[in-house]
Amino acid sequence: MASVTVLKPLFNLCSRERSVKMNIVVCVKQVPGTTEVKMNKETNTIIREGVESIINPFDTYAVEEGLRIREKMGGKVTVLSMGIPSVAELLRSTISLGVDDAVLLSDRAFAGADTLATAYALSMGIKKIGNTDLVICGKQATDGDTAQVGPSLAEKLGWPHTTYVRKIEEITGDHIRCERMTEDGYEVIEMPLPAVITVVKEINEPRLPSLKNMMRAKKAVISVWTADDVGADKNLCGLKGSPTQVVSTFVPEHEIKSEMIEGNAAEQAKKLADKLLSMRFPICR
Amino acid sequence: MNYFLTEEQQMIKELAAKIADEKIAPVAIQYDEEGRFPHDIVKVLADSDLCGVYIPEEYGGLGGGVFEMALVVEELSRACGGIALAFAGTGLGIFPVILFGNEEQKKKYLPDIAAGKKLAAFGLTEADAGSDAAGIRTTAVLDGDEYVLNGTKQWITNGGEADIYTIIACTNREKGARGFSAFIVEKGTPGFTFGKKENKMGIRASCTRELIFENCRIPKANLLSREGMGFIVAMKTLDRTRPGVAAQALGIAQGAFDEALRYSKQRVQFNQPISSFQAVQHMLADMAIQLEAARALVYQTCRYIDSGAKDFSKESAMCKVFASDTAMRVTTDAVQILGGYGYMKEYPVEKRMRDAKITQIYEGTNQIQRNVIALELIKGMSKK
Repeated sequence: MASVTVLKPLFNLCSRERSVKMNIVVCVKQVPGTTEVKMNKETNTIIREGVESIINPFDTYAVEEGLRIREKMGGKVTVLSMGIPSVAELLRSTISLGVDDAVLLSDRAFAGADTLATAYALSMGIKKIGNTDLVICGKQATDGDTAQVGPSLAEKLGWPHTTYVRKIEEITGDHIRCERMTEDGYEVIEMPLPAVITVVKEINEPRLPSLKNMMRAKKAVISVWTADDVGADKNLCGLKGSPTQVVSTFVPEHEIKSEMIEGNAAEQAKKLADKLLSMRFPICR
Repeated sequence: MNYFLTEEQQMIKELAAKIADEKIAPVAIQYDEEGRFPHDIVKVLADSDLCGVYIPEEYGGLGGGVFEMALVVEELSRACGGIALAFAGTGLGIFPVILFGNEEQKKKYLPDIAAGKKLAAFGLTEADAGSDAAGIRTTAVLDGDEYVLNGTKQWITNGGEADIYTIIACTNREKGARGFSAFIVEKGTPGFTFGKKENKMGIRASCTRELIFENCRIPKANLLSREGMGFIVAMKTLDRTRPGVAAQALGIAQGAFDEALRYSKQRVQFNQPISSFQAVQHMLADMAIQLEAARALVYQTCRYIDSGAKDFSKESAMCKVFASDTAMRVTTDAVQILGGYGYMKEYPVEKRMRDAKITQIYEGTNQIQRNVIALELIKGMSKK
C-alpha cells in the first residue's frame, strides 16, 4: 500500500537556486555497545564505565546513505555529534568510511540534555556548519530508543522532515522523494530541500572502511565546538534546557516462553499450523 | 606476540581481519560447498584499497611489499583460504610485471590491479611440467610484430576469472630452461580459451582451470624482460610469492586453531569442558607453539625480502615449507579436538584441513623446496 504525499514548500515558493552538489550533515550518537544498558538508579543516567562505546547502529545507515548521495551527486558529508570529548575518536572512525569532516559539540553546558535540548544544540551546530541541503539521522538510538531527536531537530531548523525512510527514490538540487516505512506498507513523500530524514536499516548495507580513508582519518582534525562557538543560548542547552524529567528508569525484563511441540514431523506440522491459526497472524488467513 | 608492525601494516592487518570476519567468514562454508568464485568479496577488497598494498605508489598502489601482501593473505585465509586466493593468486600473476615489466607495461597493467578492477594469474605448470618446470611444451614463436602461442597450461589459479595472465613459454627449445620467455596475455585475446573448472579437494572457492593457446597472437610488446629470461622471471617471482603461500597456510591454521580452542571450552564430557583435560591442553599448546614459530619465520622472511635482499630462495622456501607443514598438522589436530563434529561439513574445521593440503603442494612442493634449501646450504659451504 503506498500513498503519495507532497509537502509543498510553504514560504519559499520560489525555491532558491541550488548547486547540484549536496551538502549533507549526518547526526550520530555514541551509545553503549550492548543491548543491556545498565542504569545508575540514583542519577537516572546510563552507566558508561566498562562498556565499549559504539556509534548508534542505526546512524551507520545514515552515514552510508550520506556517502552514497555524495558519490552520486558530489558535495560533502559532515558528521555531527554531541557528547563527551572522547566521542571525537568515534567520529574519526566515520572518516575512515569516507566522511569528509567531523564536528563534535562538547561543552559542560550541553550535559544532561534531553531530546529537546539535544535537538536544539544540534540545530545550532548545523546552522554554524551552514549551507546544508540535507540532514540524515538514524531512526532512533539503541540506548534511549525515543526516535525524537530527528523530528525535533527538523522543527528547530524549521525544515520539513520524513521519518523511517527506507529508500530515496529521487533527490535533486531542490527536492527529495523518499519511501517511508509504515506498519502496513510504505508512503512516498516528497519534500523541498533543505530537509531532515531519519533512516531505517532497510535503506542500505553500510560499507567497511578503506585503507586510504583510514590513513586520512588518522591525521584528521575533529572540530570540537562549545555552546559559545555555535552561539547557543545556554538556558536552552543541557539540563537547564530539558523539560523532560526522568522519574525512574529500568531495563525491561524479557521473558521468553517456549513450548516444545512433540510428535513426528506430520503431527508437529499440524500442531504448529493449528497454533498459528489460533493466534490469527494475518499471514495465516 | 608483538611483531612490531608499522602503523600502516597494523592498519592493513586490522582492515583485512575486519573483512575476513564480517564478509568472508559468513559465506566461507557455502562458497566452498558450491565452488563459487567470490566476486562479491573481490569487490569489497577493491573498495577497501587492499588490492594495491604491494604495488608501487606511482602505479596507484600503497607502495608496500611482500610483507603487506602476506598480512592481507594471512588474515583473509583465517576465514577462508580459498577466497583469499583471488587476492594471493593475483599477486603471483602480477609480480612478474612489478619485477620485470618495462615502464609501459607497468603503466598499462598495474593501476587496474591496484584498484581491484582486474585480477591476474600465473601460468607455468603444464601436464608434464610440474616440479620439473624445464618440461614446458607451450611455445611462443615470433612472427613479425607478434608472438604466436600454442600449448596448454594446467591447474591455473584464477584461470578464467583473471584478466591478465603471465605465461611462461618456450621460445628456443635447444636452450632448455634458458630458452623460456615470459609473456603477458590478456583475457579475450583470440586463440586464448579456458578448459573446464577443476573439482578440487580444498580451496574450492578458488577457480582453477586450464589455459589453452591455439595460434594465439599477442603483440611483441607483451614480452616481459627479454627472450630467454622466462625461467628467471618465474623463479624470482616465486621466491617473492612463497611467503604468500606461507601466510595463507598460517591463516588457515590460525582459523582452525581458534575454532578448536573455542570448542574445547564449550564441549562438555565427563561433566567438564574438554579444555580441562591435559590431553587436549597439550594439543592446544603444541598447536599454538607451532603457529607462533611459523608466524615469526614468515614475518621475518618477508621483512628480509622487503629490506632489498638479493638472494632469498632459501629463506623463502623455508618459510613456505615450515608454515604449510604446520598448517597440515594444526588443522588435522583441530579436527581431532572437535572429534566427530570436526569430521562433519557443518563444522568449520574439516574444510580447513582440506584447504591446508594444497599449501604443501603448490608453488613448489615441499619436497622441491627442501631440494632448494639443501642446494643453497651446500653452495654456501663451498663458498667458504
